[in-house]
Amino acid sequence: MGILDRFLRTARFSGGVHPDDHKRPAADAPLRVMPPPARLYVPLVQHIGSPARAVVAVGDHVRKGQRIGEPQGAVSAAIHAPTSGRVIAIGDIVAPHPSGLPVRGITIESDGRDEWCELEACDDPFALDPAEIGRRVARAGVVGLGGAAFPSAVKLSGGLGARVELLIINASECEPFLSCDDRLMRDRAAEAVDGIAIMLHATGAREARIGIEDNKPEAIAVMRAAVAGHARIRVEVIPTRYPMGSEKHLILVLTGREVPAEGRPSDIGVVVHNVGTAVAVRNAVRFGRPLVSRLVTVNGACVREPGNVEVPIGTLAGEVLAFCGGLRVDHGGPARLLLGGPMTGMQVPTLEVPVIKGTGGILVLDAAEVGEGDGGPCIRCGDCMRACPVGLLPLEIAARVRVGEVDKAAGFGLADCIACGCCAYVCPSRIPLVQYFHHAKGELAARTRGTQRNETIRTLTRAKAERLEREERDKAEALARRAAASLAAAAAAKQSAPVTEKVAEDANEESGVCA
Amino acid sequence: MLAAILSLTILGAVLGTVLGFANRFFQVEGNPLVEEIEALMPGSNCGQCGFPGCAGAAAAIAAGQASPACCPPGGRSLAVTIAQRLGVSVDLGGADDPGPLVAEIDESICIGCTRCIRACPTDAILGGPKQIHNVMRDSCSGCAQCIDQCPTEAMVMQPLPVTLQQWFWPKPALRG
Amino acid sequence: MNEYLLLLLSTALINNVVLVKFLGLCPTMGVSKSVDAALGMGLATTFVITLAAAASWMLEHWLLAPFDLGFLRILSFILVIAAAVQFTEMAIRKTSPALYESLGIYLPLITTNCAVLGVALLNVQQGYGFVKSVLFGFGSALGFTIVLLIFAGLRERLALAGVPAAFSGAPAAFITISLLSLAFMGFSGLIPA
Repeated sequence: MGILDRFLRTARFSGGVHPDDHKRPAADAPLRVMPPPARLYVPLVQHIGSPARAVVAVGDHVRKGQRIGEPQGAVSAAIHAPTSGRVIAIGDIVAPHPSGLPVRGITIESDGRDEWCELEACDDPFALDPAEIGRRVARAGVVGLGGAAFPSAVKLSGGLGARVELLIINASECEPFLSCDDRLMRDRAAEAVDGIAIMLHATGAREARIGIEDNKPEAIAVMRAAVAGHARIRVEVIPTRYPMGSEKHLILVLTGREVPAEGRPSDIGVVVHNVGTAVAVRNAVRFGRPLVSRLVTVNGACVREPGNVEVPIGTLAGEVLAFCGGLRVDHGGPARLLLGGPMTGMQVPTLEVPVIKGTGGILVLDAAEVGEGDGGPCIRCGDCMRACPVGLLPLEIAARVRVGEVDKAAGFGLADCIACGCCAYVCPSRIPLVQYFHHAKGELAARTRGTQRNETIRTLTRAKAERLEREERDKAEALARRAAASLAAAAAAKQSAPVTEKVAEDANEESGVCA
Repeated sequence: MLAAILSLTILGAVLGTVLGFANRFFQVEGNPLVEEIEALMPGSNCGQCGFPGCAGAAAAIAAGQASPACCPPGGRSLAVTIAQRLGVSVDLGGADDPGPLVAEIDESICIGCTRCIRACPTDAILGGPKQIHNVMRDSCSGCAQCIDQCPTEAMVMQPLPVTLQQWFWPKPALRG
Repeated sequence: MNEYLLLLLSTALINNVVLVKFLGLCPTMGVSKSVDAALGMGLATTFVITLAAAASWMLEHWLLAPFDLGFLRILSFILVIAAAVQFTEMAIRKTSPALYESLGIYLPLITTNCAVLGVALLNVQQGYGFVKSVLFGFGSALGFTIVLLIFAGLRERLALAGVPAAFSGAPAAFITISLLSLAFMGFSGLIPA
């Protein structure tokens, strides 16, 4: 297909930015596999949804791939031991999160043997029922590896309800610095395509399109070669533009259709999976191997040997960095530690946080790369408005959040903000716009929680008041009944006094009954 | 002179009659605003606001004698809801808001007397005679009525711990 | 017809009751913190002014002029205006308790809004007929509402701006409304003399 043809066919989204991608040389360095460290810290919630429940006890010996966390609820994911060893603690570990708050997790001391538990392999996944594939993926604890970590089985087995026509594989990797998907496609193209074929079978979609940004020519070439034998899988080259990897924008560019606000891709018959998830699905279905490791890009000016590393889940970020030659302390030293990409990633306060299923990158940036200024006053230049890929007015929203008018900010479409960071990237005053939006969303969520709490409490108060009233009434009735009975007995036996006293005593005892 | 007196009297009488009929036509039963606000309040009648029960507080808020933020168990969300309803702005006291307080029991001191259980308006305390009690945080309204009941001072009010799911970025510090 | 339109335009914009004649400044400063309240206040005042203009014309031409009671003019006009305000207050309280609360003390204060009495007295001064009186009242009220809405919108924006502490609040509002007044002077060229 000609370049002009492609240009005409490709839909575009307004806004977005084109940051310097910083992907090379890390993307070109060969993939390294990191051996399990002495201790692994595995959080029980690494996904969107309810946390898993620990099913091992301290002192238990576990083997690699053994289930140690049971999913709870409809949207949840199982957790598996990333290596063989002994459980030495179940309790709080520092969460890979900007707050630095604790999260419940299992600490495993490696025995160095790294031996797998027994796995349930399958020679021909295409003979399996789609629902069975969903179950196997769920058992393997596979979540979206693009960063959001939504349990994949829910999306695969039609848990979202609507019929899926098109499977989109997100391999755009639009975030600067990150190259783990690029590396994965270059080294494991055949596995990825096999995984996509299994996903096609599981979702019942008619075709799959792999969206790859045009700044990854090697990956495009390898993937094109790998899909040669598959009629229903196509590689689509899409222009390099951040945030191309955002689900809604990728769908718009690949299909020309827009996902409604507050809607899901499944509303228009599309489901989007990350290319890394495809490999994880293949491993889960073909070999029964749960998700116990992932590719992580280690990058940034402060990393001595930047590159892509396959890291066991639960390895501390500091140990991954040590594996990559440690940190450089010249030209100012590390200024910021990030998990994920520089645009949407999480700034973490310490290196002592574990790599989890959604961690695509560990970045240690120096001051020049952070490029953070003071955050001056807004000059109303409107650059953020032009950069916003969702078509919002970041300056207006931020101005309202700044003076505490969160509701008015919500009126400007705060709920549609995808926190991509384009506005903050282009802001000449270097205003931390995204932090304003995160704060406002959190504040709104807190208010909703507060309202729900008040409602619960109102219901409980009313219930208790009603119960007390009922008890009072019952007691009065019982008293009256017994008085009547004793009167009748007195009339019969002509001796009423002792019985009445007995009734009064009973009543006293009853008033001591508690909830 | 007579004309002036007469005309003003007639004018007053006519206008008064019109207003009198209007008043009957636009009669408002009770104060719907007070009832509406009362329906929003926790209803535990804890008295921390300084008014006799939630109904009293609702009347005071509607009359503008109390701030919409006067209800500690209701917290920020209630203050904002009421302020929106009234169309007034409310000072939320900014960053030093510790969030909702809930009761907590020091289990090493609790003697299992069940007094706090009887005082609790939301049945948020679990336990029986001679057994250690426990507070269910989700149900505790933070009314603090149990605090004075405890003979061993085992009950304290504590801010709700912030969990990972509830934490959110603080507002960026102001510059310019 | 043309004459009436011109009257409406000139009272609403060119001889604006707030920014050119400087009447009714109290509610303009008081109820301009939010556009919603400003709209409610504007509508209430429009109702009162129009009603008062009509009632005062009748009063003047059927009572005061025939019986030569000109000295009772202000007294009787205030009486009528107060009644109209009471009526509006009851109606708002019944239909929109929230608006009633947010207008607060400014609702009964429409009585002493000098724009209302001013319009009634100006009507007599100009010797307008009934239709013209009502139009004059309605046009003035329209101008009042427009200014109130514009000013409330400006103040809502102003609340978001980083105003220096010494100027925040009333000072910035006064500067804003004086600039707005200057802007409204521009309308004086709208109708050629």
